[in-house]
Amino acid sequence: MAASSETKGEGTLRKAFGGVLGFFILLLIGALAFSIRLFSVIKYESVIHEFDPYFNYRVTQFLTKNGIYDFWNWFDDRTWYPLGRVIGGTVYPGLTLTAGSIWWLLNNLNIPLSVETVCVFTAPIFSANASWATYLLTKEVKGTGAGLTAAALLAMVPSYISRSVAGSYDNEAVAIFALIFTFYLYTKTLNTGSLFYATLNALSYFYMVCSWGGYTFIINLIPMHVLLCIVTGRYSPRLYIAYAPLVVLGTLLASLVPVVGFNAVMTSEHFASFLVFIIIHVVALVYYIKGILSPKMFKVAVTLVVTIGIAVCCAVLAILIALVASSPTKGWSGRSLSLLDPTYASKYIPIIASVSEHQPPTWPSYFMDINVLAFLVPAGIVACFLPLSDASSFMVLYITTSVYFSGVMVRLMLVLAPAACIMSGIALSEAFDVFTRSIKLQLPKLFESPPGSGDIDSAQDEVVKVDNKAATDKSETAPKERPSKKNRKKEKEIVETTIKRPLKAKRLLVLPLEASAVAILLLIILGAFYVVHCVWAAAEAYSAPSIVLTSHSHDGLHVFDDFREAYAWLRHNTDVDDKVASWWDYGYQTTAMANRTVIVDNNTWNNTHIATVGTAMSSTEKPAWEIFNSLDVKYVLVVFGGLVGYPSDDINKFLWMVRIGGGVFPHIREPDYLRDGQYRIDAQATPTMLNCLMYKLSYYRFVETDGKGFDRVRRTEIGKKHFKLTHFEEVFTTHHWMVRIYKLKPPKNRIRGKSKKSKSNSKTSPSNLKRHGNLKKNPWQ
Amino acid sequence: MDSFRSNCCCTRRCLQIDVTAPITRVFLTLKVENAGTSEVSEVLVAFPPTEAEHLAILKASVAEGKRKKKTYVPLSVNPSGSPDAPNDAQLYSVSLRSPLKSGEATTVEVLYVLTHLLEPFPAEISQSEPQLVYYRDSATLLSPYQIVEQITSIKTPSNKVESFTRVDPTSRVGSELRYGPYHDHGPYSYSPVIVHFENNNPFAVVEELVREIEISHWGSLQIRDHYKLKHAGARHKGVFSRHLLIKLPPRVHSVYYRDEIGNISSSHLHIDSQKSELEIEPRYPLFGGWKATFTIGYGLPLQDFLFESHDGRRYLNFSFGCPLIETMVDDLTVKVILPEGSRNPTAAVPFPVDQHLEMTYSYLDVVGRTTVVLQKRNVVPEHNIPFQVYYDFNPIFMFAEPLMLISAVFLFFVACIAYVHVDLSIGKSS
Repeated sequence: MAASSETKGEGTLRKAFGGVLGFFILLLIGALAFSIRLFSVIKYESVIHEFDPYFNYRVTQFLTKNGIYDFWNWFDDRTWYPLGRVIGGTVYPGLTLTAGSIWWLLNNLNIPLSVETVCVFTAPIFSANASWATYLLTKEVKGTGAGLTAAALLAMVPSYISRSVAGSYDNEAVAIFALIFTFYLYTKTLNTGSLFYATLNALSYFYMVCSWGGYTFIINLIPMHVLLCIVTGRYSPRLYIAYAPLVVLGTLLASLVPVVGFNAVMTSEHFASFLVFIIIHVVALVYYIKGILSPKMFKVAVTLVVTIGIAVCCAVLAILIALVASSPTKGWSGRSLSLLDPTYASKYIPIIASVSEHQPPTWPSYFMDINVLAFLVPAGIVACFLPLSDASSFMVLYITTSVYFSGVMVRLMLVLAPAACIMSGIALSEAFDVFTRSIKLQLPKLFESPPGSGDIDSAQDEVVKVDNKAATDKSETAPKERPSKKNRKKEKEIVETTIKRPLKAKRLLVLPLEASAVAILLLIILGAFYVVHCVWAAAEAYSAPSIVLTSHSHDGLHVFDDFREAYAWLRHNTDVDDKVASWWDYGYQTTAMANRTVIVDNNTWNNTHIATVGTAMSSTEKPAWEIFNSLDVKYVLVVFGGLVGYPSDDINKFLWMVRIGGGVFPHIREPDYLRDGQYRIDAQATPTMLNCLMYKLSYYRFVETDGKGFDRVRRTEIGKKHFKLTHFEEVFTTHHWMVRIYKLKPPKNRIRGKSKKSKSNSKTSPSNLKRHGNLKKNPWQ
Repeated sequence: MDSFRSNCCCTRRCLQIDVTAPITRVFLTLKVENAGTSEVSEVLVAFPPTEAEHLAILKASVAEGKRKKKTYVPLSVNPSGSPDAPNDAQLYSVSLRSPLKSGEATTVEVLYVLTHLLEPFPAEISQSEPQLVYYRDSATLLSPYQIVEQITSIKTPSNKVESFTRVDPTSRVGSELRYGPYHDHGPYSYSPVIVHFENNNPFAVVEELVREIEISHWGSLQIRDHYKLKHAGARHKGVFSRHLLIKLPPRVHSVYYRDEIGNISSSHLHIDSQKSELEIEPRYPLFGGWKATFTIGYGLPLQDFLFESHDGRRYLNFSFGCPLIETMVDDLTVKVILPEGSRNPTAAVPFPVDQHLEMTYSYLDVVGRTTVVLQKRNVVPEHNIPFQVYYDFNPIFMFAEPLMLISAVFLFFVACIAYVHVDLSIGKSS
């Protein structure tokens, strides 16, 4: 918008003014991007959100405390007990290293901010960076005006806000910046052909690889674009410089990241880039030969090269296929496969399917997450074709692929958001360009036609004077312009007289004045809707830290801080080496907040282990006790929302536990827990359901609260109200009963009583049984 | 010393022991008579080793004036160095204001506070049961003197006393147990008694309290108190009084209450012109044996606490001890962080504390802030008395950090200007 003034101004003063204005607009956009994400701190508190951020926070704490070398070699024994987890080799270190370096820098300047504070504000800081990167990228595609608009849109796009509010300390927060910045450097290299930017591009790609698994999107999208350029005959040395160094340097750098390592050359996700790397070299060679040979000789050479080229390609393809076939995963990871085949996960991997952010999105979620941008994107795509450049064709490819990916997984909406912002920015900027120019060209005519409006005329003169001062070289054409502008033909002539105006301006339309004015008004209203929606989304929808819940009732705000109550209790009142079992959702939080060893956590790398916990939760008390005891578990933590109506509790997740448990241990069968295909916990529930551990731990003593045992989430009275626990004892229940912690009763008493009984029957059997039980991997089977 | 001890004798001793709260308070009235020939300038008070370990404070005073104009003049009390007491008994000497001549008598009032003397028994109880505790003491006063007559009375919180040792004459009236009067006990006589009684008071004990007091000459005093709280009662005892009251100075602002995992949302602050009271609840109810940690921080206006003394030195006047009402602290550390550039700090504390200096680095510090660290074990509410930290400070240091920032920004702009005007490219551009 501000650019319209800049593109027209020829004077250096005006240009400088535009530059300064643009700089301040960018500064304000950065401030906006940062501050719109602070709702969570203002409404709640400066605290880490949700699940994964707690893990990242814990890793950052370790990094700041023990240094980088210990971090790379960190074997974490506090999780996945008894297996443990190699954190340094399985984590994308970008986010952690970023926040760690910020903290290190601040502390070296003696600014004593806590690690937590730095982690909380990393995401907003990088959102500001991302909006600046968007400006740069869009500027490469369509100029400053579109850049500023796109940056402003990205600063507050709800989809990105959902992952980057203050406290949402997750990989995506920095990865989106890295993604956009890599794309910017790629288009910059495309436009300039500078090796400097190509090198920077590889470094930026390295940062992206460090930050997020989504880097495979870059390493597939850029080859696709290169291929597109080659196919459409847009090959140029600039394209070669933009691509070849990226593949070589990028792949080398990517394999330095431990979590990627040899995957950078071994998995199918990266093969497209190598294939295109070969193709671009072949094409470059062809162009080179074409340049040095006469046309006649060239024809001969083409036939020669084509035959050899096909042979080489076949050989390479054969090698590739052999490599793919020999690699253990057939080259594709489960998540990648579920991207290509959206139904893959729900068919084969329940653990991926059980995560809500891996589900396909619904239409309302598009409106929620990108709002009016969804309607502006098509206009942006059209604008990209007028005219089509290398950079704008890249943007078109980007938006197309990201629309597809966002349709597969909700969480990839995040990749769509920047593309949508850039497209909408282009669309809005172009529209404003056309409308404002129409008004500007027609306004003088409007003022001159009615006679006797002298004061307006004088004002017009002043404007002309200002114009004269600002653009001295334009002074001759400018006064002539105004009276002579009657139709488009004449405008064309004048455009031709101004030397510095770009050629494309010739083709631009001039719309009727009223239509332009109304259209501008409508666009402003549309923008206002977008802003209102974004602020609402930031304030209401995406700011809840999910570890603290609030509800508004007639007597004011009510705070549910049960999760931290339970974690703090565990932290201070259990032994430091005690193991806590819970469903995997709470693993990260337990290790980070309670500092206790957990059996499974949100890094769902071992399906069998999760299935074991699922099986224990689905079993009756005694087998469950045996499973837990074999895992050295001392405390079992369940989340129960029935008293206050918190819907995402363990009873609602229970079917996934049964499903995942049954996937590995077939004696757990889902139909046993369903009455006529329905999941219920009332009197109609199956006995298996009413006797399983999860039911008992959730509803133990629940009837004492209201006398009836009414579950507010399931909106029904529970099926079994009065029962006692034999192998577990309740040790802690939070204020609103949302978290309940049970302790495994010690084994000795139980075994003594048992052995007394069995002694009378046979003396040898108990020891035999014991040994047998020890040998068996799953004693409950 | 030997001769001196035999010179003196207690004619009458009245011991009142108050065990209503988890803190045991003992009021001792000694009527001392110099039975020897030479002058006596100090009176010795003895403690058995178990009590000496838990001794929080020991004060002595002497009454002056007649009935109505009676005022108590504090006497200085010092640990006595004499190693000759039997069975590791600890001796403290109370210096009298004027030496006691032969045959003269005076009355010394001694107050001492003991912590952790009550032992829950049974150690583990269910929620509905009352909490019973043991109190162990001696029916007679441990003393290096011959005691002519003595009475010991123990006040329990309620009438419910399970059992108590009888050392005749012993009587119990309501919530008071009375041992004695006994006559003519020799030096260091000891007759152990055990009282088993009900005490349902919450046994809130702050295991460790670190108070950081940061002085900024820009007008504010920042306090951060890090608590490690424990319910020291019988395990699994019913509800701990969830409400803890913290007394804060008036005009307090920016109060926060949090622990290592975030804000704790259950607190109320009442401010009036005289005092502020912060009512807090731990994150979870504290049952017997459970622990919790939390931090309370607040700001105070500097002019209420920082003064300039006559010799031009500045001094901070602040209250020692724990602001939690009626709570004992096992280990208290007070850190007074003086502003950067202050020199020669000295602390004036009315009772013995361990002190040393360290350096703290805070916002943009270069040389660091001198920090006076005061440490004391067994702190009870009686220690909530003001202490002073004196230091020299040149106000020019206040501007060091702003000037540093200004010059940094200035240099940044200079660098920008230089970058814009210098052509760094290798190739020659036409």
